[in-house]
Amino acid sequence: MGLKTALYDTHVLQGAKIVDFGGWEMPLHYGSQIEEHHAVRRDAGMFDVSHMGVVDLTGDRVREFLKNLLANDVGRLKIPGKALYSCMLLPSGGVIDDLIVYLMSDTWFRVVVNAGTRDKDLEWIRRHAAPFAVTATLRGDLAMIAIQGPNAREKTLPLLAPAQRAAAGELAPFFGGSFDAWFIARTGYTGEDGFEVMLPAADAAKAWNALRAQGIQPAGLGARDTLRLEAGMNLYGNDMDENHHPLESGLAWTVAFEPGERDFIGRGALEILRRTPGDELVGLLLEERGVLRSHQKVVPAGEVTSGTFSPTLNRSIALARVPKTAALGVQVEIRGKLHSASIVKTPFVRHGKALISV
Amino acid sequence: MSNIPSDLRYTKSHEWVRAAQDGAVEIGITDHAQSALGDLVFVEVPEAGRSVKAGEASAVVESVKAASDVYSPVSGKVIARNDQLASQPELLNQDPYGAGWMFRVQTSAPIDAAALMSAADYSNYLAEESK
Repeated sequence: MGLKTALYDTHVLQGAKIVDFGGWEMPLHYGSQIEEHHAVRRDAGMFDVSHMGVVDLTGDRVREFLKNLLANDVGRLKIPGKALYSCMLLPSGGVIDDLIVYLMSDTWFRVVVNAGTRDKDLEWIRRHAAPFAVTATLRGDLAMIAIQGPNAREKTLPLLAPAQRAAAGELAPFFGGSFDAWFIARTGYTGEDGFEVMLPAADAAKAWNALRAQGIQPAGLGARDTLRLEAGMNLYGNDMDENHHPLESGLAWTVAFEPGERDFIGRGALEILRRTPGDELVGLLLEERGVLRSHQKVVPAGEVTSGTFSPTLNRSIALARVPKTAALGVQVEIRGKLHSASIVKTPFVRHGKALISV
Repeated sequence: MSNIPSDLRYTKSHEWVRAAQDGAVEIGITDHAQSALGDLVFVEVPEAGRSVKAGEASAVVESVKAASDVYSPVSGKVIARNDQLASQPELLNQDPYGAGWMFRVQTSAPIDAAALMSAADYSNYLAEESK
């Protein structure tokens, strides 16, 4: 039996098809993955993301520790509640995981890591935290619900106490704040506006049902994957892993080489790799009928890392790792046949709108 | 519960077969199969004139999540295909035994009855498979 979130019984009751995901029994969809996708692009949907690991890091030297641990620079976090996306790297530059880190206070940062990598992440974090006397606490007592879509915020806010509504409504993108026992951040993984809410696991089912009563569509991991891919966002294990560094994974923007004196784990390797011709991660649009899938071969060179059917574009899209010298027109091998595809700029879709013409 | 019409025959790989006149048969995927695959977004059916063999991968259905082969339950020549599926793959989800039919085959050899299940047998097979 896999691990279950506090919302498992609620999902089953609401008709979810359950699948294993990184050892967790999670909803794939509640009937139609495509309808759930459209609900998020056009209105509001919600995802149980309690399987992700919430880890609180505390200690007087926690900022110094994270400046060493992460490829992005937590020195950029100056106001409590501000979030930063970063990779955590091996000395080789390979990606251990990608994560979001929130500044909570001078002595407290909160990181959210992937479910499938949680245990190895914790071990790595604790090993490197010890010399800084920083404590890492896995917050298994918290559930997390992502509410996403153009109407997500206005449908969520009425659930807060009146005194807190205004403050929560004024959160800027990529900021979070504490509202009683809830931590609410204006973040997400869909390319739409919305909130990610961390709350006591004991309150999760009640909150989920209240959000549902607000007309927010429950959505599963299936829609989460098509939404993130349309938004051009990476999935750990597909688009980057321990054998691939951020610079060849479309994540150069998350590596802070400045200030030059900050010595983070993996920096030495990346300083060499950034001066070496190599591969890059690009968006692909299939010009013919069919569906791009991970591990399909790109001709003349490269490989699809994530592929799917885009419900918004009604076409197949993908992320692929190709040589930096690749021409814009390529071919992808699908079941032994070559199909034409174009390299396009990502994101494919953002805030409900297609950003590429098909 | 999955819908299993009693007038059709079924395969272990979740295709259905409807006997028409003159030894022709109509082929599709079962309600159980479409439900397990989820929203279908791409269907590739064999062209008329193509020869297919029983047990051969003859068509492809792709859901958002994955691609699956569809095996012809019979040997023969394809005499028609459902062209509507190209633009409306969701017909397979909405009406797997009707508007979602995939292709028709004129059989070249007698149908191997042992290889095909009755509705009752298929129902038992699904029950066993889900254990």
